[in-house]
Amino acid sequence: MSLLSVHGLKVAYGGIQAVRGIDIEVAEGELVCLIGANGAGKSSTLKGIMGLAHPRGEVLLAGERLHKLPTHAIAARGLALVPEGRGVFGRLTVAENLDMGAYARRDRAGIQADLARAYDLFPRLAERRAQLAGTLSGGEQQMLAIARALMGRPRLLLLDEPSMGLAPLMVRKIYETIAMIAAEGVTLLLVEQNAHLALKVSQRAYVMESGEITLSGASAELAANPRVRAAYLGE
Amino acid sequence: MDIFTQQLINGLVLGSIYALVALGYTMVYGILELINFAHGEVTMIGAMVALSVIGVLLGASPDLPGLMVVIAGLLVAIPACMALAFGIEKIAYRPLRKAPRLAPLITAIGVSIILQNVAMLVWGRQYVSFPAILPRGQHEILGAHITDLQIAIVVLSLLSMAGLWLLVEKTRLGRAMRATAQSKEVAELMGVNVDRVISYTFIIGAAIAAIAGVMVSAYYGLAHYYMGFMLGLKAFSAAVLGGIGNIAGAMLGGLLLGVIEALGAGYIGDLTGGFLGSHYQDVFAFLVLILVLVFRPSGLLGERVASRA
Repeated sequence: MSLLSVHGLKVAYGGIQAVRGIDIEVAEGELVCLIGANGAGKSSTLKGIMGLAHPRGEVLLAGERLHKLPTHAIAARGLALVPEGRGVFGRLTVAENLDMGAYARRDRAGIQADLARAYDLFPRLAERRAQLAGTLSGGEQQMLAIARALMGRPRLLLLDEPSMGLAPLMVRKIYETIAMIAAEGVTLLLVEQNAHLALKVSQRAYVMESGEITLSGASAELAANPRVRAAYLGE
Repeated sequence: MDIFTQQLINGLVLGSIYALVALGYTMVYGILELINFAHGEVTMIGAMVALSVIGVLLGASPDLPGLMVVIAGLLVAIPACMALAFGIEKIAYRPLRKAPRLAPLITAIGVSIILQNVAMLVWGRQYVSFPAILPRGQHEILGAHITDLQIAIVVLSLLSMAGLWLLVEKTRLGRAMRATAQSKEVAELMGVNVDRVISYTFIIGAAIAAIAGVMVSAYYGLAHYYMGFMLGLKAFSAAVLGGIGNIAGAMLGGLLLGVIEALGAGYIGDLTGGFLGSHYQDVFAFLVLILVLVFRPSGLLGERVASRA
């Protein structure tokens, strides 16, 4: 059984249909990516899964219906979204941001252990733990956003354009981190405009166009598909 | 008697009350960007409820110790104001959460008028006097007088502010409030029940307003259904002076405004050769408001919006 099943998800803003009834499955331990051009509806899909932007359709986490729940309850059930543009709390310190990631948890000892692990994983954040998050560089903020999401021990981590606006070196670092997180067994759904990167790091992929899924399959196969190569890999 | 020291003391006492009321404005603004114009009326209701309780207790047994009677009034006024603010937010503001900003603002003014009228119906048009049951000791410092009541007001204000500061900076709820103030959507993604945090913000602000309401009516010896209007406007000015949305700013702005007002009232007669008297003291609060809005709209401790990352 899939960990995440999305059936007929629709998201609309005013009269504009951003997501037109799509199905997505993510199995436990998988890294699945969702690629597509700007405006294809990828971010809206992630928002819809999290219950933001008044979605319609079904979202199931290990069989439990999430689509009737408010966003904070969906988050508390183990879905974490790292939003586009990172969404760190700029006027909270790095440490406070990480605490916010664990907001829904009550196991103090576990939180402490995960905090130590986060600082281990991201030594830059440890150095800057008392600093306001707004003073970090873009790459550091992305690291913080990912570390913060992990503080919730998510069953499924949704990442929205983690490479956006970052220098190539930082992008590489972020993707190494994503691969590492996946290797630890965290299930991931990754949205990315940079299809190269996304298809390389993921096992399966969905291609989205104008609010619909037009192709899906193993990432390696999609990377070899002439249509995908022409449209998304710049060949 | 040293007028300067005396007015400084009077200003700090009044200012600490302004600061408490200003906190309610600034906390709500910080989270919702709403100027809750009904907050002054919540303060008034706090004073009225406390006075009713005090009246009933004294009526039942006039020999009760005054301090205990006032504390009992306060202990009823606080939850009454909390419940009132909870209801106002839920009924009047929450349905308008996604409406254009002008709609909740006008609603707030409407709520404020409703509360004034309800208070007028319940407590009448007359001034309700605060019975003289509190200890009336007086002390001299630096050539000026300070009463027990004034000391109590300043101490209780500082304690309230310290308590709020701890709550906002050190607790899980406080962190959630600060996160919600920065981004409701991301806070929600962290598992924060944003609606509940907003309710708490109103409730906490109202509890502090109740304390301020009781103190101000004890200080002036009276309460009136219309008292929340001017007090609310001044506290709002104090919040703007400190930088609206900024908690430390509200505290600083309140104290500063009280001092400016008291010193202004103390010296306006001398400055204008007796042409204007101390009853013009209200002018100063609004003069300050205008000057701040013209020269430093972000307030003393407020950040410029453009500097937000």
